[in-house]
Amino acid sequence: MKFFGSGHGACPGCGLPIAVKTVLNALEGKVFAVNPTGCLEIISSQYGKNAWNVPYIHSVFENAAAVAAGIEAALRAMKRKDEGYVVVFAGDGATADIGIGTLSGAFDRNHDILYICLDNEAYQNTGHQQSGLTPPGESTTTTPVGKVLPGKIGKKKDMISIAVAHGIPYVASSSVGYVSDIRRKVKKAVKFEGAKYIQIHSPCVTGWGIDGSMSIKVARLAVETGLYPLVEYEYGKLTSVRKIKDRKPVEEYLKLQRRFRHLFTHEKGREMIEVLQRFADENAERYELDLKKDEK
Amino acid sequence: MRKVVRGFYSVAHSVKLCRPNVICAYPITPQTEIVENLAAMYANGELGDCEYITAESEFGAASMLVGASAAGARVFTATCSQGLILMSEVLFNAAGMRLPIVLVNTNRALSAPLSIWNDHQDSIAIRDAGIMQLYVENNQEAHDAIPQAYKVAENRKVLLPFMVCMDGYKLTHAYEPIDLLDQETVDSFLPPYEPAAYMTTKKPLAFGCYAPPHIYMEFRVAMQQAMERAKNVMLDVFKEWAEVSGRDWGGHIAVDFPDSKILVVAMGSVVGLLRKVVEELRNEGLSVGLVKIRTFRPFPVEELREALKDAEKVIVLDRSVSFGYEGPVSIELKSAIYGHSSAEIYSYAVGLGGRDMPKDFLEKLIRDVAEGRERPGFAFKGHQEFEEVIP
Repeated sequence: MKFFGSGHGACPGCGLPIAVKTVLNALEGKVFAVNPTGCLEIISSQYGKNAWNVPYIHSVFENAAAVAAGIEAALRAMKRKDEGYVVVFAGDGATADIGIGTLSGAFDRNHDILYICLDNEAYQNTGHQQSGLTPPGESTTTTPVGKVLPGKIGKKKDMISIAVAHGIPYVASSSVGYVSDIRRKVKKAVKFEGAKYIQIHSPCVTGWGIDGSMSIKVARLAVETGLYPLVEYEYGKLTSVRKIKDRKPVEEYLKLQRRFRHLFTHEKGREMIEVLQRFADENAERYELDLKKDEK
Repeated sequence: MRKVVRGFYSVAHSVKLCRPNVICAYPITPQTEIVENLAAMYANGELGDCEYITAESEFGAASMLVGASAAGARVFTATCSQGLILMSEVLFNAAGMRLPIVLVNTNRALSAPLSIWNDHQDSIAIRDAGIMQLYVENNQEAHDAIPQAYKVAENRKVLLPFMVCMDGYKLTHAYEPIDLLDQETVDSFLPPYEPAAYMTTKKPLAFGCYAPPHIYMEFRVAMQQAMERAKNVMLDVFKEWAEVSGRDWGGHIAVDFPDSKILVVAMGSVVGLLRKVVEELRNEGLSVGLVKIRTFRPFPVEELREALKDAEKVIVLDRSVSFGYEGPVSIELKSAIYGHSSAEIYSYAVGLGGRDMPKDFLEKLIRDVAEGRERPGFAFKGHQEFEEVIP
């Protein structure tokens, strides 16, 4: 353990410690960590078993961006900015649902913070309930598959566009399947003065219903199918996209996970798979994900 | 320097002299001009090493103060009513994290129906948060309360948030001649904030850990012990303030005419008018005195026992209601003096949502109790008679 480690209680194969360690190492531990309520908080911050070797704070569920803004303001006022970066590690529910008000406020004021959304696509700590970042077709305990419904109806909230629309200097998506991509984006992000948002796709072995050894493979398939495009925006302009060679059909990603298993048997399952394939195709078109034959 | 200023300014000026590092606020009537005054000071570069941030909500403001305070900053906010209730989740959290945040609540009623006018329902509703609460009578007391609030909250025997409660409109909008403090006086009284523990990369610490059942309760016991210690710390600070400023506002309570048969108990701005009423009734020969509760948290249990031990009748004027029971000040007072006084308790909820409490109303109420026209127990006073239509 250097900055995050022994004592944490994450499941084998959990994406969260992979992402957190990568971020903390990339910033050489010069980090003020802000962590709202959620799985990461529960596995790492029990009194007497704290796994963080950087200054850490957990306040409540929906205020991480504001707490981070307060730390940043305090460091500025007290001329201690050189001590480190203020970094939020928040789940997708804390980010896109209950905490979006304080997140929008912090973006709007352009506080010099790095907000990392660890997106495992549901409230996993409490047993896999639907969040705004749960994709359609996923069976969660609050959007269960039933005789009528094939899991979640609707769409995954586009937080990347919401972040970009705030006019903040840096917005990116990344994935635990591509650790070097996380490292590169974090190092780049902190060079910008102002608010930065990186959304990292992070597998949850219990919620997604996968074996711990499959985490990285599944995370990569999300990218390789076009369901989770890895993109980068600087000052509102799309500046980089991870291209895909021979984009795979979404079924290859879905069939490995218990949360989507019903789609292959439910009478509306085919329809939902088509919805997901359409999202992947739209991503491919919007971000020009597909590597053309003459490109390298 | 003596100057005629509004209540807002008496607070803002005092906050500035306390040299805060971070001020976060969201405007709400009737708090607005406190933060407008501070924003103007910030815009004019008068706040020194301080960041002033307009939050996206009171919830955001309180949350920023949690971060800033944990990072070692001296912080301030002001709010009331819906804003205080919106903050309340974070305020409970801040108290548990033992952050010495100072805030001013410009007491205002709670919706529904919507009311921007004064009563105490907002601050009373968060009495169990672990936040110290001081109710002031006038704008000089509000002005003087700010440095004292920081000194108490930041004392290492205490380390809890401190809320100064001043009546909305009645005080905030009132012009009064105020002896404005100067920087030298405040600096001599209030040293720079040196946090016992704070977030720094030089010595990483974790704030806001979660506690399983085997350890949670100990943190809550520690909060109660801190509140109990705060009682003595407050007395020391109040005494020191009286020496520094020449103004003695009393202890946890302030009593006029302690040996009276009838004692009227109240908090906030109505105390000023009650003092006049009590004086006049005494001139008529009535044995009546006044007990002003200053600190509602920690609650002045021993002080009230002593003050009320020989009283025959106690009149409690509450500015809020615990629906299904009665006025909260009365509830707590009865609990405090149980077994220590045989006084009859007359408990009244008055002045809700800014309902006027004119002098003749207060006079009549006291006379009615004195002359046996009232029965002990709880009642609303000052409302119109109406027939409730049950659909």
